[in-house]
Amino acid sequence: MEERISLTEMNANEFGKVVELIGGHGMVKSLENMGIRIGTEIRKVSQQLMGGPVIVSQGNTRVAIGYGMAKRIIIEVKK
Amino acid sequence: MIKTILLMGNPNVGKSVVFSRLTGVKVITSNYPGTTVEFTRGIMHIDHEDVEVIDVPGTYTLEPTSKAEEVAVKMLDETFTKEKYENVVINIIDATNLERNLSLTLQLIKRRIPVIAALNLWDETKHTGVKIDIVKLEQILKIPCAPTCAVTGEGIKQLIDRVKDVNIYVNINVKISDFDYDEKEKWHCIGDIITEVQKVTHRHHTFLEKVGDLSVNPIGGIPIALGVLFITFQVIRFIGEWLIGNVGEPIFENLWAPLMLKVSGLLGSKGVVHDIIIGKLVEGEIDFGESFGILTTGLFVPFAAVLPYVFAFYLVLSLLEDFGYLPRLAVLVDNVMHKLGVHGFAIIPFMLGLGCNVPGALSTRVMETRRERFIATTLMAIAVPCMAQIAMVVGLIGKHGAKGLGIVFGTLFIVWIVLGILMNKVMKGHAPELFMEIPPYRLPYIGALLKKVWMRIVWFIREAVPWVLFGVFLVNMLYTLRIIEFLGKIVQPIVSGILGLPVEAVGALVIGFLRKDVAVGMLAPLHLTLKQLIIASVVLTMYFPCAATFAVLIKEFGIKDMLKSTLIMICSTLLVAGLLNLIL
Repeated sequence: MEERISLTEMNANEFGKVVELIGGHGMVKSLENMGIRIGTEIRKVSQQLMGGPVIVSQGNTRVAIGYGMAKRIIIEVKK
Repeated sequence: MIKTILLMGNPNVGKSVVFSRLTGVKVITSNYPGTTVEFTRGIMHIDHEDVEVIDVPGTYTLEPTSKAEEVAVKMLDETFTKEKYENVVINIIDATNLERNLSLTLQLIKRRIPVIAALNLWDETKHTGVKIDIVKLEQILKIPCAPTCAVTGEGIKQLIDRVKDVNIYVNINVKISDFDYDEKEKWHCIGDIITEVQKVTHRHHTFLEKVGDLSVNPIGGIPIALGVLFITFQVIRFIGEWLIGNVGEPIFENLWAPLMLKVSGLLGSKGVVHDIIIGKLVEGEIDFGESFGILTTGLFVPFAAVLPYVFAFYLVLSLLEDFGYLPRLAVLVDNVMHKLGVHGFAIIPFMLGLGCNVPGALSTRVMETRRERFIATTLMAIAVPCMAQIAMVVGLIGKHGAKGLGIVFGTLFIVWIVLGILMNKVMKGHAPELFMEIPPYRLPYIGALLKKVWMRIVWFIREAVPWVLFGVFLVNMLYTLRIIEFLGKIVQPIVSGILGLPVEAVGALVIGFLRKDVAVGMLAPLHLTLKQLIIASVVLTMYFPCAATFAVLIKEFGIKDMLKSTLIMICSTLLVAGLLNLIL
């Protein structure tokens, strides 16, 4: 079963595929520069407490993404 | 002949380590005109000729999304105009992140300029399970590609050989890659290249990676952060105290003092000139804390009392920086920092501000909005004492035990939090979100680290020492001309009434506008009580930034916002110091 959830709803250490970026050109471009595009496989590393940033790993890159932006990154996870 | 080599690449790819491998000791750091974005240049010898090497600010793309990236693109444009084609770009690539890094490489190639790719961090590809076929990559991109490991120096010689190859042909016909792609299909194209040249095998996480992930996990990260900060301050204290006790003080007491006594004798042991140069003798001897002459206290304060701590601070900070800890700290504190109206990254200006508020204030430029910069800078100017001041306060209050120091720094910490929350509530808008790469932990390259510490120390001496000397000179002039006495009478109701300080402390408050360490030093001869020392230390930190920081604040924010900031400073100082006076 595949499920589409936002990055913030993922569990730590879960793998998933980016399927949708809800945001403008700027957000898409800056994510692209860090290697995160539609179709990339990512792993959620951790989530800070109380709506803090999410840490994501893609390849050998780790990126910290603020909670608001992370909510607009939609991931497909295998359940 | 090549005139200039630009080092370009993504942030965190070890660019500055390559830079320090290529260049000699003579490096200059300067601001790009009209900005506070810094870049470094140095000289490299190729075939007995001097070639300029420029370490361009890190950038992910040639379509700039930030100030630093704009500067990077401008520097590229300026280096490769129609008249100047005898230059070359060394594109430093993180070999463990080839796909992401190739985006910039392709954009550089598309400019039709000579590009050499250095696949740095090559040794890390082995234990990250990445295998890159360099020959194939060269064939596809049609540019020279060299694997390097700048930290150990491997591959640097071969990289220089590749530069020499370009150098020979540069005037005749340097081969410029004609590799082409469609900008819209860029990531597709990169994907195709990656499939051709790179194989990724499964591997286990390394120890450093596990620690890396643990330190951004709230359960592991917070204890780690507290531990790191605790050890940091212990190490700074240990190194600082050791240097003062074993190097600074012996040199001044045993070598400098006898010499100064002779000079004092030559000057007749008293008089205006004597007092400005040597200061007042205490029981016929020179007291470096209390004499207050330019050549006695004026030199002792910056070199023997402050420099050891500044050195220790920058050594530890640079170590944390190069190891890759600071971005993780930024992530951990992001939440708390948002309550203060800034995002997690602001922890870096605050940390730098602990060294000296000037680079701290300048580094707020990395923040995106003016609101954030205003809050961060004001908070720093009010509640973050610089190392020069900390060193003097520790020297002065530390004698009475740790409790006094605890009250001073505890108060400043509370002020920092409360004032931040208030400003965040009152000012319109909110802090933008955190978004940044977290580089893996890496063992620092000692050569580059020491070079950085050295540059920071030189900067401190150049910026601070003249101000200290001028401050000491001014103190003597103001006393001789009785201006301090006059001012003392005017502000006595505030100083004695609200702050509970003796009128003599006015001199220190006046000099505090100029230089905090000198001002704290001026409290020494007054023999204040512990309570008065605590209040004076807090007031000196909060009421106004030193002259150098003030100048930066005006330049950064303009007069109007500076006045706003000053008003906040004065009000909160009176409030906090008044409260302390009542409670203690």
